[in-house]
Amino acid sequence: MSSATSTAENKQAVKKQSQLKEIWRRLKKNKIAVIAMFVIIFLVLIAIFAPLIAPYSYETQDVMRPLEGPSRDHILGTDRLGRDVFSRLLYGAGQSLQMGFTAVLGAALLGIIIGSIAGYYGGWLDNLLMRILDIYQGIPMFLLTVTLAAVLGPSLQNAILAIGIALVPGNARFMRACILTVREMEYIEAAKSINCSVRRIIVSHIIPNAIPPMIVSVTMGLGFAVLSGAMLSYIGLGAQPPTAEWGAMISDGRNYLRSEPQLALYPGLCIMVSVLAFNLFGDGLRDALDPRLKT
Amino acid sequence: MLRYIVKRLLLFIPIILGISFIVLILIDITPGDPVAIMAGWDAKPEVIAQVAADLRLDRPIVVRYFEFVTNALKGDFGKSFRNKRPVMTDILSRFPYTALLAFVSVVLSVLIGLPLGIYAATHQYSWKDNTAIFATLILVSMPSFWLALLLVRVFSLGLGITPVSGIQKWTSWILPMFSLAVGYAASIARQARSNMLQVIREDYIVTARAKGQSERVVIYRHALKNACIPLIMTIGSLFGMALGGALVTEQIFSIPGLGQYTITGLINVDYPAIQGSVLFMSIISCSIILLIDIAFAFIDPRIRSQYIRKKVKAIQVGGEGA
Amino acid sequence: MAEKILEIKDLVVEYHTDAAIVHAVSGVNLSVIKGETLGLVGETGAGKTTIARSILRILPTPPAKFRSGEIIFGGEELTTKTEVEMRKIRGNRIAMIFQDPMTALNPIETVGWQIAEAISLHNEVRRDEAEKRAMDMLEMVGIPMERFMEYPHQFSGGMKQRVVIAMALACNPELLLADEPTTALDVTIQAQVLKMMQDLKDRLNMSVILITHDLGVVATSCQSVAVIYAGEIVEYGTVEHIFDHPAHPYTNGLFGSLPRLKTTERRLKPIKGLMPDPTKMPEGCRYAERCPDATEECSAKPPDVAEVTPGHQVKCIKAGR
Repeated sequence: MSSATSTAENKQAVKKQSQLKEIWRRLKKNKIAVIAMFVIIFLVLIAIFAPLIAPYSYETQDVMRPLEGPSRDHILGTDRLGRDVFSRLLYGAGQSLQMGFTAVLGAALLGIIIGSIAGYYGGWLDNLLMRILDIYQGIPMFLLTVTLAAVLGPSLQNAILAIGIALVPGNARFMRACILTVREMEYIEAAKSINCSVRRIIVSHIIPNAIPPMIVSVTMGLGFAVLSGAMLSYIGLGAQPPTAEWGAMISDGRNYLRSEPQLALYPGLCIMVSVLAFNLFGDGLRDALDPRLKT
Repeated sequence: MLRYIVKRLLLFIPIILGISFIVLILIDITPGDPVAIMAGWDAKPEVIAQVAADLRLDRPIVVRYFEFVTNALKGDFGKSFRNKRPVMTDILSRFPYTALLAFVSVVLSVLIGLPLGIYAATHQYSWKDNTAIFATLILVSMPSFWLALLLVRVFSLGLGITPVSGIQKWTSWILPMFSLAVGYAASIARQARSNMLQVIREDYIVTARAKGQSERVVIYRHALKNACIPLIMTIGSLFGMALGGALVTEQIFSIPGLGQYTITGLINVDYPAIQGSVLFMSIISCSIILLIDIAFAFIDPRIRSQYIRKKVKAIQVGGEGA
Repeated sequence: MAEKILEIKDLVVEYHTDAAIVHAVSGVNLSVIKGETLGLVGETGAGKTTIARSILRILPTPPAKFRSGEIIFGGEELTTKTEVEMRKIRGNRIAMIFQDPMTALNPIETVGWQIAEAISLHNEVRRDEAEKRAMDMLEMVGIPMERFMEYPHQFSGGMKQRVVIAMALACNPELLLADEPTTALDVTIQAQVLKMMQDLKDRLNMSVILITHDLGVVATSCQSVAVIYAGEIVEYGTVEHIFDHPAHPYTNGLFGSLPRLKTTERRLKPIKGLMPDPTKMPEGCRYAERCPDATEECSAKPPDVAEVTPGHQVKCIKAGR
């Protein structure tokens, strides 16, 4: 008996491995997605090693040389306090990624739990949870994020919390919809017919099938979270000075829009490139996971 | 049909009540002592006492909630801590700016996004589609406030075509509306394209071709109508998003709208102002979604017929048709 | 010799995807005699639908690619016609019925509108005249004309297929392509719909290509039969040829997998194995891998078409001997 189960599990493991391989193979063929993936890896490396590669610290002030153009000492110039723009951009990657990943992963986890409960149990519980989400979603999303961030007090952690909370309802609904679709599939019927236990059905059929679309949605959410984070920092509700954060840097630069437009330009470009990378990678991942969805 | 509208209205009420509750307890989730924060760090004891009396935080939440809702129903959101004026007066005087900004931006985004998405879908596998789709991806990846600043740099500071900020003449509206619309236009284009591509693969499109219908009618009548139905929902939710987006856009362009009011309220921890504007904007956004939902039911026969009572239809031969 | 309404010569159609080329139809020759019904029989994926859609030129291109061949309809070559000329034929002189009535109708237009659309496309009639004729068509397929203004989702599957049939027949086509018209329907409804199609065919004097994988349907409604396997016709002849003297091992296999009442056999004999991967068609006979009588010669080169008796063609090396 035990040997039979273990071979079955082995087989499943083999199947899963080959499935992953197949997804990886399809993903590799999508050149744009691969480039996006490298951009993301590059950003993560910058975020981790910023203190080592940045020529200056994010708060070192070259007081005698504020608002300078590019020079040998400061390849992208300095800001109003004489801080090295290039170094601050490198440090900023960490802030943005931290905001993006933490908020999205937290929201995904909470969303998965709520969505699974609602989708699996159904009935009044589902109804109750969905009505609560309706209420949350009745408040325009960005308004909710900003209000929460402000009420909780301006800081990076609270900004993350605010972004995460605003993302939960979407994730929960998505997970619930996935579970409902999977539940209606015939192979679940088939599993029931061979007397598979409820728990086993959830663990070995419903979740594995609902996870891939969830991963795609989470990847797409990363871009959104980075954008929201930048927006919060721009209005002063995210990372606080002197921390280097791209949105806050744009905010700093807007007073010098006429004379030093690069101060607002560079951090914006950084935000755009990272969000673009997340979106492109998400697109590629979606196509790789389910080629039928490819458009 | 009436049944559907009534049903939707009945669902609307608890949502608004729920939002009121969330808005009310915002003050309770504030870390620290809200009274001290609101009164200011150097407040005199009598000011603190006054604020505490105004907030009435000592009373049970149910009582506060009941009071908040009954006052709100009377159009009373309380008085702003900052300028001591009734919040509702300020909201009403500021809302037209925000409404105009949000409405025009959404309309603009549909006018740009929809044709672009359809164009891309009908040119699939060509460089035109690839260019369009990449352009929209870049636009949705851009922070809208950054785009706004770039536009200001180029058109206001650089070329001097539009005013830098404030609302003095109609040209003042161009940049705020455009910068808000661009991102939405891109997301409408992306959704229109993917809906269209999905619909084009449907069997009934093949049926229409097999009838001998021209490609133009197949695309613009059979496919487009079907592809647009889910888009209506997106456009509805864009209004809500535009109200949120207005927060930053109004800030950048110094538009004296509700968004700016909200941000000012948030920065000054002006609770009545925050509660009033969040609740007001949420009600507006929910109402728009409600209207769109009802319109949707009129447009989509699959939903409509669920609610139309089966009546005996006597259609005269050759009568007004289809 | 009876008049041929349709003749297909050496039709080759491929699907080009990112990964590979799918050989959907490889050198098919067919003809339909005026007033007769030709049955196209084969498994799912054999290329039957592709043949039908090639005739109307409504294959999705890309990925589909028309490689070569001639399609002669009423003395006219269809493959070289312009799109505008083809539109005058589609739905008018050649009409098609689709496999799945659930998805074949536009969900947001009334059924009446959809039938009237076909009529007003090909006839110079006023709108109310087209609608009146659409109502007549509904009555003809047994749907009360009061339902003219209803939407597809208000109809059952069988009723929807009737609507699709009414739409196809609205312009009195000379040739009807029926792509598994009853597969998606309940068995009890299948008989009704088939009977109705048979009656209408006789009444309107149409020729029909009936695509199916149901040999019973073929026996009752077709005069000639083409058995398709992996994009090729493996056996072609009259119903008598095919049913009384099946000569290709695949045809035999098809009959072997049918239950029979008269014989005393206990078990069905399913054909072992699967159709070859259409992206990697074998060099020799495409059926060789599953054929119980295959020899080395079979896998070496593709068999020629042999005529066993006049009009009965078989693509098998054993057949000619």
